[in-house]
Amino acid sequence: MVTFFGLFVLTLLVITAIGILRAENLFAAVMLTGLFSLLMASIFFILDAADVALTEAAVGAGVATVLMLSALALTSDREQQQRRRHWIPIVVVSVTTLLIIYATFDNPRLGDPGAPVHQHVAPWYLSETPRLIDIPNVVTAILASFRGYDTLGELFVIFTAGIGVLFMLSTDTERSPLTLLPNPDTEGLRHHQVPRIIGRLLVPFIVLFGLYVQFHGEYGPGGGFQAGALISAGFILFALIEGEAAALKVLSFRVLAGMITTGAFLYVAVGLAGIARGGNFLDYSVLLDDPIAGQHLGIILIELGVGLTVTGVLLSVFHAFAARRQHS
Amino acid sequence: MMQILGLYNYWVFAILLMTGIYIVISRTNLIKKLIGMSIFQSAVFLLYITLDKVEGGTAPILQAGAPEQLYSNPLPQVLILTAIVVGIATLSLGLAIVVRISEAYGTIEEDQIREMDS
Repeated sequence: MVTFFGLFVLTLLVITAIGILRAENLFAAVMLTGLFSLLMASIFFILDAADVALTEAAVGAGVATVLMLSALALTSDREQQQRRRHWIPIVVVSVTTLLIIYATFDNPRLGDPGAPVHQHVAPWYLSETPRLIDIPNVVTAILASFRGYDTLGELFVIFTAGIGVLFMLSTDTERSPLTLLPNPDTEGLRHHQVPRIIGRLLVPFIVLFGLYVQFHGEYGPGGGFQAGALISAGFILFALIEGEAAALKVLSFRVLAGMITTGAFLYVAVGLAGIARGGNFLDYSVLLDDPIAGQHLGIILIELGVGLTVTGVLLSVFHAFAARRQHS
Repeated sequence: MMQILGLYNYWVFAILLMTGIYIVISRTNLIKKLIGMSIFQSAVFLLYITLDKVEGGTAPILQAGAPEQLYSNPLPQVLILTAIVVGIATLSLGLAIVVRISEAYGTIEEDQIREMDS
């Protein structure tokens, strides 16, 4: 039953992708992208990846759609007519597709426990997590502790991209989104009662769920990345219905910039604390006298750092696009 | 039958990957190109998450008192979880660049921009 549901959703995914390819109205293409992400999140859930499904739903179907719509508002939502058919790309792409499909006949089948990917490090992570870290969610254990270096790198990519967007969208000091407050009267959905009332009801629950995902991420699906995306989605919804100025009163640009840097700093500081206590960089076992308690403390702190930075980056990027629209 | 159906995920991966790259190659609109790139990226995510599935397994959150429970592979999930958030950060950087191009040239069609540059 689940298998056939999976096949059905995968087929819908292909149809949606072709719809995006054919849509000449970019607004339609962006809406289909949101649908695409939601379908992708369902597939991830069917394939046992609860953490990934949560992230994809919040990021892909929520934040990404809003950011692309903001970009459309600043550019244009019509694609020009394609003047000619692109025969060479069509041929190249079709041949490559057939080659990849031909190659898949050598792949292990879906769910095969004997597949090479399940033989190497994964069994070690699954068997040693209870002994070394003692938290139930193995995904969080790997993300925050076993492979903390990777996550630090990813966090700094997000940090850099966020700073990059803020620089790109603020050319001179007068137009800087960091100093501008948008006009409170002319924006948002405050004149549309139904979305406004329903949206206002949803916002606190989305943010509360984000906080739950942040602080319960060791025990259930969750962690800083998911929580950051969820909390940003909640605040973006608030900004859409009440106007950006109302959202900036709650979390101003100054606070958001502080969150971005505090999060990244907290992560590095936890790593350096490990060195100061006589261990390696990002070795949490030495943080407290009891290694397991040290691991727990380290994971909670770096997840908090990740959550702060991700929330700060996503929200300030959204506000940077919105402020550009107000003053262009 | 199940032997063939077990490959369907990989076929969808191949089609999505190539749809994404076809949009990037064939369309001149810069936002459409970015959408194509995120489809390409999602296809890679699908490949990784397909690899993690174990028949009869469940999400890798250890259950107390069930020592025989099988779990799906957590490692691809970690890689993709962070990649999704990095993906949105880089997508927003791309969109910011497109907005600046639009302000400078008045268009986001690649061929028109190239004509103005030459």
